[in-house]
Amino acid sequence: MIRTAWLVLKKDLTVEVRSLEIAYTTLFFAVSCILFFAFALVKEGKAPEDGAAGILWIAIAFGGTLALGRTFERERQSETLRALLMAPAARPAIYVGKLLGIVALLAAAEVVLVPLVAFLFQAPLLSHPFWLAAVLLSGTIGFAAVGTLFSAMLVRARSRDVLLPVLLYPITVPVIIAGVRATAALLQPDVELALVRFWVALLIALDVVFVTLALWTFEPLMTD
Amino acid sequence: MRVLVLLVLLVSSPAIAQQPAPDQSQQPKQTDEFVPISQLPAQDQLPAAPLLVTAYAFVWVVLFAYVVSVGRRLTKVQHEVERLESDIAKRT
Amino acid sequence: MPKWFVPLAAATALMFAASPFLIANAPYEATMGLVQKIFYYHLPSAWVFLLSAIVCGIASARFLFGGSPRQDRLAYAAAELTVLFGAIVLVTGPLWARKAWGVWWQWDVRLTSSLMGWMVAWAYLLVRKYGGPGSDKLAAGLALFGMANVPFVYISVNYWRTIHPATSVVPTLPVDMGVALWFAVACFLLLFVLLLRLRVYLEEQRARLDALYLSLDE
Repeated sequence: MIRTAWLVLKKDLTVEVRSLEIAYTTLFFAVSCILFFAFALVKEGKAPEDGAAGILWIAIAFGGTLALGRTFERERQSETLRALLMAPAARPAIYVGKLLGIVALLAAAEVVLVPLVAFLFQAPLLSHPFWLAAVLLSGTIGFAAVGTLFSAMLVRARSRDVLLPVLLYPITVPVIIAGVRATAALLQPDVELALVRFWVALLIALDVVFVTLALWTFEPLMTD
Repeated sequence: MRVLVLLVLLVSSPAIAQQPAPDQSQQPKQTDEFVPISQLPAQDQLPAAPLLVTAYAFVWVVLFAYVVSVGRRLTKVQHEVERLESDIAKRT
Repeated sequence: MPKWFVPLAAATALMFAASPFLIANAPYEATMGLVQKIFYYHLPSAWVFLLSAIVCGIASARFLFGGSPRQDRLAYAAAELTVLFGAIVLVTGPLWARKAWGVWWQWDVRLTSSLMGWMVAWAYLLVRKYGGPGSDKLAAGLALFGMANVPFVYISVNYWRTIHPATSVVPTLPVDMGVALWFAVACFLLLFVLLLRLRVYLEEQRARLDALYLSLDE
């Protein structure tokens, strides 16, 4: 089962590395998001309080939605998803492989986005790198867990571009809130690590719930 | 049927409008001076009755509108079913 | 109209007609006064909102894993009622809050998670309407995630510092307030059963129509 997941992940990474199409477009879109918010919210050269945390997570969410849509659109066009589902592979393993691919893509984008936000908003985002990485990783996994499930389900649906945000955003509100609160706590001049630990624990709990639900429902949802 | 529901709603609404006078003996502490309402902070000066009436009115209206909506959809589907069944009966 | 509809509707309507009298006779709350009486409809509709989300989730799970179209019809009906009763909660609450807290809305856990649950129910309806083929399963998957939110909404107010009253308010109600409240709860539960059965009946008629169209094509 782990081998299947690994194979799916390797396939996705190989395909992506060839053209880097999704990586570049997602990154550019996320950067544009951040700049847009910077132009809209910055007053007299200063960003609002907690602005950096919120803007970072919005960029991750919007960029992530785009990446999810593009990844599964690619699968739909070459009908590879149907081929994958017909292969004698455990369905949950396919889900895990695709999830890891999306998380890797978003993590690569975050490597660029975090310094950019820190630079544009003079936010000390890199002062506690271990905790920031924990927050970003658990939040991204939570977001991607729900996103991968819904995008895979939507591959054969009508109006799939519009329906993905409609399905995804309400469910991932707790993840985004926890991610923003945790990041904002890390940006305070005197960081309360207990508070950050609390939010990270909540994020991990959400990840467990979402991944479990997704693994449980992936099979019946992908079957005709 | 809908007329019955409407009548019941109409009859019950005056009951909400009549409120019994507040019981003076249950005041938490004895009033030793009178304070005109205009001296209270702005939040306490808000009259509560419009908010209360709006809330209850909203509940009634929304529930009523929903029942009407379902009823309307139901009659539409039922007419369609009758039309189709008569068509099928005519053919056989 | 099915046979059970008129008696059930009459019983519900009579109980609702009686409820304002009970509410008017309930004592005033010390700090909030008249506006607190919104509570007698706000709380039961909140409970029905959460109950409806749970019914939708369970029916969706049974539909996903069992394939029964009856469960799918039940889930669709329950989702619509979740939106309906959620709207009631989300309007009566702020009307009360405007006087009690001084603001229409606060982003505390209870309000935010309720709003989120309500939006999930809306998303369910949008998917069913515009999703095309396969949207019944899609929506069922969504409903499961929505149901996972329900316990969180309920307990959130006990574990976080929020402006919304905690759940301990209900067990500690004085008797005369309790009578009005539990009567209103009974009203709303009866109403929920009535509307749910009515809405499922509509879905059944629609299914009958689809079957007729299909038989016409043959």
